[in-house]
Amino acid sequence: MMQHLIVLPVIVPLVAGILLLYQRQGLIRYKRIVSILATLLTLATAVGLVNVAVQGEIVYYALGDWQPPFGIVLVLDRLSALMLLVTALLAIGAVIYACAGDDEKGSNFHGLFQWQLLGINGAFLTGDLFNLFVFFEVLLLASYALLLHGGGKARIQASVHYVVLNLAGSSLFLIAVGILYGATGTLNMADMAQRLASLPAERQGLVTAGALMLLVVFGLKAAIMPLYFWLPRAYAAAPAPVAALFAIMTKVGIYAILRVYTLLFSDNAGALSALEQPWVWWLALATLAVAGAGVIAARDLRLLVAYLVLISVGTLLAAVGIRTPAAISALLYYLIHTTLITGGLFLLADMIGQQRGKAGTRIVKGRPMVQGGGLALLFFIGAIAVIGMPPLSGAIGKALVLNAAEGTQRLWLWPLLLLASLASLIALSRAGSTMFWRSHRGSLSGSVLPRRQWFGVVWLLSAAPLLVALAGPISEYTQATAEQLANPQRLIDTLLPAAEEAS
Amino acid sequence: METLYAITTGVLTACGLYLTLRGRTFPVVVGLTLTSYAVNLFLFSMGGLTTDGATIVHGDGNYADPLPQALVLTAIVIGFAMTAFVVILAMRARSEAGNDHVDGKKEDRE
Repeated sequence: MMQHLIVLPVIVPLVAGILLLYQRQGLIRYKRIVSILATLLTLATAVGLVNVAVQGEIVYYALGDWQPPFGIVLVLDRLSALMLLVTALLAIGAVIYACAGDDEKGSNFHGLFQWQLLGINGAFLTGDLFNLFVFFEVLLLASYALLLHGGGKARIQASVHYVVLNLAGSSLFLIAVGILYGATGTLNMADMAQRLASLPAERQGLVTAGALMLLVVFGLKAAIMPLYFWLPRAYAAAPAPVAALFAIMTKVGIYAILRVYTLLFSDNAGALSALEQPWVWWLALATLAVAGAGVIAARDLRLLVAYLVLISVGTLLAAVGIRTPAAISALLYYLIHTTLITGGLFLLADMIGQQRGKAGTRIVKGRPMVQGGGLALLFFIGAIAVIGMPPLSGAIGKALVLNAAEGTQRLWLWPLLLLASLASLIALSRAGSTMFWRSHRGSLSGSVLPRRQWFGVVWLLSAAPLLVALAGPISEYTQATAEQLANPQRLIDTLLPAAEEAS
Repeated sequence: METLYAITTGVLTACGLYLTLRGRTFPVVVGLTLTSYAVNLFLFSMGGLTTDGATIVHGDGNYADPLPQALVLTAIVIGFAMTAFVVILAMRARSEAGNDHVDGKKEDRE
């Protein structure tokens, strides 16, 4: 059983999704139970996998028992286990929030939700470049349908841009994979890393082109500076639980950048090693600058949170650009924090919008809210965490990232990251004071919100104090992960033991 | 054969790119379809073009690389599903916004 544990994060959502296809609408109670149970099972599996990964061993699962480099493998190391766990934690909050009524606004919400989880989990586990493309398509197709859930003009408009851009991105992905296959003759990432180490000089140009094209594709998913324009509108238009789940989607792009470039273009790759670094570093800084301006300019709470996601993308990518183990460790800590907190803030923004009635999530004066006190408290906690002020988790995450920068990198990163944080401080305090303090005239608006919605938000936002309380063990784990990523030879030796004996 | 193949792929890509950058949804969808054709051709050629080659049966002799064919098959299926989806989406956008511009704004029409 234990050896098959790796494949469960893919199988469980797949089976649950198929079961949930039965009848487009109706049977909502049973569907909710199936969906929540499947998500809980995924969470339990993720916890089990982290327990396996924490021992430092890299485990792989050869699908159909076709051994690497020929078959498709699922690889479990510390990084993928961590990403699975974060996804499952986020999904629990989102799915329980959706059970309060958002899932009835269209058809097949839970089935699509599970398939999106299938795509995300698969992308985190796979050790094959083409298989990564397939899982990307699975998660994208589910996300297209989820983004449209509930309908409406704004959603359809945002979807057109999102879908067209991602289809173009998929074409680029295929071209890049094709080039890399043509140059190295393999699709297994470990095998490719090995072959890149002894690449004939005349093929280096080809591999560089393929690798940088991949960076464009992953950059589109992660929303780097010139490729982010789809993000604010799509995230602001998406239904709340979907937007919360989308908080992990940009991180899929960042995970892919980390995985592909630390494995394929490590120090062993000779002239090609770290070829993405200058691009990622400067584009990350540009992302931070633009996102800071966007946060200030946003006139709608959901748009504001979408730009906060963009700031976190810039911060994470800057850490990818620094590329030292200390920076990767800081990145992973910050990634857990930002995924859960921004997910929670999307849910919270939706609750605030429901209570404010006509004023919605626009940052304008409105009538006071029935449950204004509770919402204000949660908003305050979420804001402090996401801005990065002590005592909550954002402060530790940002301090770790800032500390990881060295020499002239500090000169660039410190002012930009701190100014972006200042921008979010200004924007969030303006939003909070307008919506909670200046809106005191008139009768109370809104009805009492369902308990499931409160649970979803509290579940996600409670990550902020918990990440501080458990900062010791978590940063130990992320440091070990960063070291594992810095030594890709271990992974290659695990997957291809025969090659090790031969050499 | 290589030259002809390269020219075909290149022309398809160029047409696809041009159409994808148009302002109306229909040319954009056609452009995406052309691009995916070009990508399929490109993927197919990545194992090297083999003339008069057989499939692998005994592993020796002149044979065609089978992997790109499997990849193309996957890419065709996925591309087909995506095209179907984007056509439906474009039609819904047309009926919701009242025009077929990708930004949904009338004044921007050509």
